[in-house]
Amino acid sequence: MGERSMTINKEKLTVRFSGDSGDGMQLTGTLFSQTSAMYGNAISTFPDYPADIRAPQGTIGGVSGFQINFGHSNILTPGDYIDVLIAMNPAALKTGAQWMSPGGTIIYDEDNFDAKSLQKAGYETDDPIVEDQLEKYKIIKIPVGLLARESVKVMEVDNKTVLRSKNMFILGFACWLFNRPLDPIMAFLNKKFEKKKVIRDVNLTLFEAGFWYGNSIRDEVPQYYVAPAPVKKGFYRNLHGNKATAWGFLYAAEKSGLSLFLGSYPITPATEILQELSERKDLGVKVFQAEDEIAGICTAIGASFAGHLGITTTSGPGLALKGEAIGLAVMAELPLVVVNVQRGGPSTGLPTKTEQADLLQALYGRNGESPAAVIAASTPVNCFDFAYIASKIAVEHTIPVILLTDGFLANGTQIWKLPEEGDFPTIKIPKTKQNAEEFLPYLRDPEKLNRDWVAPGTPGFRHRIGSLEKTDQIGTISHDAQNHEKMVKLRQEKLDRIVNYIPELEVEGDPEADTLAIGWGGTYGHLFTAVSELNKEGKKIALAHFNYINPLPKNTKDILEKYQKIIVCELNLGQFASYLKMKHPEFHYHQYNKIQGQPFIVQELKDAFIKLIEA
Amino acid sequence: METEENKLTYLDYKSKSNPRWCPGCGDHAVLNSVQKAMAELELDRDNTAVISGIGCSSRFTYYVNTYGFHTIHGRASAVATGVKVANPKLNVWQITGDGDALAIGGNHFIHAVRRNVDLTILLFNNQIYGLTKGQYSPTSKIGFVSKTSPYGTIEHPFRPGELTIGARGTFFARTIDKELKTSVEIIKEAALHHGTSVVELLQNCVIYNDKVYDEITDRAFKDDRTILLQHGKPMIFGKDKNKGLILNGINLEIVTIGENGITEKDILVHDETTIEPSMHLKLIGMDYPFPVALGIIRKVNAPVYDKLLETQIKEIQASKKVNTFVELAKMGDVWEVK
Repeated sequence: MGERSMTINKEKLTVRFSGDSGDGMQLTGTLFSQTSAMYGNAISTFPDYPADIRAPQGTIGGVSGFQINFGHSNILTPGDYIDVLIAMNPAALKTGAQWMSPGGTIIYDEDNFDAKSLQKAGYETDDPIVEDQLEKYKIIKIPVGLLARESVKVMEVDNKTVLRSKNMFILGFACWLFNRPLDPIMAFLNKKFEKKKVIRDVNLTLFEAGFWYGNSIRDEVPQYYVAPAPVKKGFYRNLHGNKATAWGFLYAAEKSGLSLFLGSYPITPATEILQELSERKDLGVKVFQAEDEIAGICTAIGASFAGHLGITTTSGPGLALKGEAIGLAVMAELPLVVVNVQRGGPSTGLPTKTEQADLLQALYGRNGESPAAVIAASTPVNCFDFAYIASKIAVEHTIPVILLTDGFLANGTQIWKLPEEGDFPTIKIPKTKQNAEEFLPYLRDPEKLNRDWVAPGTPGFRHRIGSLEKTDQIGTISHDAQNHEKMVKLRQEKLDRIVNYIPELEVEGDPEADTLAIGWGGTYGHLFTAVSELNKEGKKIALAHFNYINPLPKNTKDILEKYQKIIVCELNLGQFASYLKMKHPEFHYHQYNKIQGQPFIVQELKDAFIKLIEA
Repeated sequence: METEENKLTYLDYKSKSNPRWCPGCGDHAVLNSVQKAMAELELDRDNTAVISGIGCSSRFTYYVNTYGFHTIHGRASAVATGVKVANPKLNVWQITGDGDALAIGGNHFIHAVRRNVDLTILLFNNQIYGLTKGQYSPTSKIGFVSKTSPYGTIEHPFRPGELTIGARGTFFARTIDKELKTSVEIIKEAALHHGTSVVELLQNCVIYNDKVYDEITDRAFKDDRTILLQHGKPMIFGKDKNKGLILNGINLEIVTIGENGITEKDILVHDETTIEPSMHLKLIGMDYPFPVALGIIRKVNAPVYDKLLETQIKEIQASKKVNTFVELAKMGDVWEVK
């Protein structure tokens, strides 16, 4: 190698690989993020699939993108604005260009910028850079198709194979540009195409060719350097939110010794949890693809009655359909976890987009006084933790738990550290200690107020439960007025006492702040990034992010009263703000709301916070 | 070992709760038949779960001394499926009515039948909504006058048996609430069948739809208006046991033995085991002037959902690569930081 090329040091970078859905951008992005993670960078990624199933090739609708934000540490969002856009066709350039960060770089495959492709993407001239006023960015044109064909000329493969593998050329180039290790990707390609030697060789050759092409233009193009950070010992992998959720249940089942039963009906964006667990028959998981959402939850309730860890997964419209059955689990006092991967609503709404507008539905969307625990995951990988915790609460308190995630968490990927022994609390099954002869199905634990969980098949404990009001302790039908009030209060009290078994709320950010940003669920990454960037800029603001919603952590009031200004930020019209107003009416809540099917942008949060701080 | 002394009687299948159905309701008789059938089957009470939805009949769960779960309207098939799939060792019975199973719960009913989950479904058909005090149901005859059809219904009723066969059901039988002996035999066979068994119990609602089945149950016409089908036996009925069913072309026809040269040999023989369902459908569809078919109309073997699932899990586990969650999580693209 000759002289070292120019290098730009960066704390973090956002890169988007973008092309037509057939260009292999998801694999390119995945491999790039993997090698970045192994190198020691923190990462957060987000795939952007086309909304249509088969959009015409080369059109805006058919663009498939994969965005990765990688940095030295504390990377919690996939990045709002793109530092480096890699566009495989004009449509990808058109969609990506509007998200460019000032001073960014656009790299594109000039072989795909013929008149027809430009027209398909909606360009009216033959120069998209001028037409969209992109001259302010650094532009690197690469004739990818041509270089790819040249690189594998001696291998005598058909043009189709070359074009199908040209994403590896781009990946090789990206590895040069961002100083990424090559070995993990080469190992992957060797393994993936183990049995297809020609394809393997084409991919490896193109990957290396891309890298060396970068090296050959090092005098004109600077490389980026994002320093790795030391990483805690252990095993790591990439994990997206839905898989993390599915895996959290696997772990909870294994740790509790319960068999896992999932009853579910496919619905975007929750389907992957159903698919992931369907594959896990090897671990004894029973997955039942039901005829509808209602049967999904009802089979789960049946399985729970029979002593399994019964769960159901859905998105907003499905939660609406499950409402009555959640009430049955409330009344029967059986463990149950309901996962709602929230999407844009109402009605069918925006199935592939993210939103947080199902909170009030989760809290109150049932008939009668029907208390269910509500918790929310806040990062893709902590979906694992909260699936585990939801299972623990459901089982130990014999109560339905609604776990809220969202489309953004579901599809977002982060590095996940495999759990080690002792990382998670044990799950204690409320087995009965009563005598069979005097068994009372609704006798309560004096601390938690849960009832004993005794499944059919247990000798001597035959009993009957149901959806009608119960006689206290005995569990037979009762229409007695006083008894009803007592039971309603007991079920509520049982929920309220969960507060003694969940962690207190923690505040992050400037300890001297008198302004508090509040969020819940999937917006954590953006809120934390906004607050910490403001802190670095000398602005005093703190963040309280909620994972436990019903009940709220014990110290919620103590924290709220420390601040003069409180702003509740959420992707809805203010549902959590309303809930806080109801629970703690003594405080004044400002709001920052967004309902566009998109996550927050860090800058918009910072602007809103500065405005409030300076008000 | 079960001995004469400790053998359970039908009384052992009664719970401490007293039935709250109206005096004279057909449900009392069905409860007796079920408890008798359970005792004769020596059904293990600890390993039995009775699941019901909502409606008069669904209260049944509280009166049987087994495990029980009285759920929500229409969803009993789904809950029962969950129970059976979770623990296939349990005997799972579902108690339901014409509203619960065929209106609000129609979807769950047909899908349970389609999957052939090993459930014993007792469907009480009284052609009326009793618990809500007298509205027409999906089995009410066209023109039926009720509180919500004061000018007569303009809806075609379902026949539960047709629906069962339409969903590729493997067992369908029909009996009458007050026919204890027939009911006990049929219920026993249904419980022993592997797969979803559907028993339609023609049941009288003494308050809102009294005497709905009188034209077939009244002693004066019963023998002429019903036929008790028995596997391998000719389809003979009538007070004088001289009427029979034959096929004329593709249609059933009533003939009289001894007339026009007809002998017993000409009469159709009932075969509950034919997989091709058209004869079973014809029998299910019989209505006046044909006799209403009682007994086990269809009983065929087919793979059972909960067994298939267990087998599949066992097969996969026999050749599995992972035993624990952590082993799974370490598969694929995992790296270690030392």
